[in-house]
Amino acid sequence: MIKTAGLSKTFEGGVAAVKGVDISVGPGEIVGFLGPNGAGKTTTMRMLTTLLRPTSGTATVAGHDLLADAREVRRRIGYVSQGGGINPAAPLGDELELQAMLYGLSRTEARTRMTEVLAQLDLEGLEPRPGAALSGGQRRRFDIAFGLLHRPALLFLDEPTTGLDPQSRANLWEHIRALRAERGVTVFLTTHYLDEADALCDRLLIIDHGRIVAEGTPAELKTGGRTLDDVFLDITGRSLREEAGV
Amino acid sequence: MLRDTYLLFHHHLRITLRQKFGPIFGVIQPLLFLVLFGPIFATIGTWETLVPGLIVQLGLMSTGMAGFGVVFEKRSGVLERMRVTPASRLALLLGRVLNNAVTLILQTVLLVAVGYAFGLRAPAAGVLAGLVLVVVLGLSLAALSYAIALTLNDQLFAPVMSTVVVPLSLLSGAFLPMSMAPGWLDALSHISPFRYVLEALRELFAGHYATGTVGLGVAVTVVFALVSVTIGTRVFNRENA
Repeated sequence: MIKTAGLSKTFEGGVAAVKGVDISVGPGEIVGFLGPNGAGKTTTMRMLTTLLRPTSGTATVAGHDLLADAREVRRRIGYVSQGGGINPAAPLGDELELQAMLYGLSRTEARTRMTEVLAQLDLEGLEPRPGAALSGGQRRRFDIAFGLLHRPALLFLDEPTTGLDPQSRANLWEHIRALRAERGVTVFLTTHYLDEADALCDRLLIIDHGRIVAEGTPAELKTGGRTLDDVFLDITGRSLREEAGV
Repeated sequence: MLRDTYLLFHHHLRITLRQKFGPIFGVIQPLLFLVLFGPIFATIGTWETLVPGLIVQLGLMSTGMAGFGVVFEKRSGVLERMRVTPASRLALLLGRVLNNAVTLILQTVLLVAVGYAFGLRAPAAGVLAGLVLVVVLGLSLAALSYAIALTLNDQLFAPVMSTVVVPLSLLSGAFLPMSMAPGWLDALSHISPFRYVLEALRELFAGHYATGTVGLGVAVTVVFALVSVTIGTRVFNRENA
């Protein structure tokens, strides 16, 4: 579902955010992409979702070449960004309908699909409200609804549960698991919550200073009775990092 | 691409119309000029000279500031969400600028109607031709405004644009024809495309259609539109926009 070779991104000014990353994700996998602030997680995800052009390397996403066929990649993926994309002022139903139609659905299909997705994410009845009238958990589930409207085979989630209370987090995990169980959706997610990564993901990739530094199932990584927190800190160090903002 | 453009145009138009008073507020300043400055201007000039000037001023203020909308969409993440859809970048731009152009037309019709009440007597054909020119001007200014909004830091858009719009209005001859200006100012105003658009608009409102001034104004407007939409599309297409 995702295959990259030597994927790199150097920003203007010479900042090398991602340095030759090789990623392989199979259909139906839930893969966690972990790393400290500024390690290159979001930059990698933005490249894989066609929002940033790689400086070098190759990538195939959802069966299409990332550079040569970016539009076909976009048709097949869903992306939920770190900050979300909720319009605080407009009724969310209007926004969902437009989003679905931009993926080629007719108005009738868009409305049917919207009803299905809202039911799936326990959001029925909230679509006439503007984003500003929702709780943090509801807004995050609406973000996911935007990413699912067109039935993508591959879903990118950038820190999907950041800022949510434990109940909302647990609820979102259930929804992510259900996506894979019921529809075979492949999920590639970043998170800072290692308990989340442990509980949710089949496999983890740890990136630091723009390079993949560890890879394996949670069980494979937790060697010697260590917790995932211990493993993460042992690999990436204990010094504080600043967010690079890229 | 046409379907996406229509969908986005329809969506943004609905948002604009839902605001109800937003488009009205946009036309208040030119209306105030018409009501409070027009009667004084009419003692030395004609309403057919003043109203086209106020239309250009309206265009600069209304569509020139359109980029505010995209600043808001950028901050809320809505723009990025749309950029991950398969919709073409040109459609993402055109859907927005068509909405701005339609809003400008509605505002212009209101301004012209009030102008008629005060004494404007332009021929219908001239006004209609002028409206076509105004649509193209609106498209161009909105596209450029979005490009500037996506290029500048969020906090800089408002001060930069409000600083730019006033001299551009003055240099276009919106309030007094530049033929009345001293030589250096008249020469300086020739760098502004809005001067040519405005002079063509005044000719049309005076009922003169097949003149060199109209031809030059149309040509400048079309070239300005092509350049603006090209820049706008490039900026929408650019990574990290």
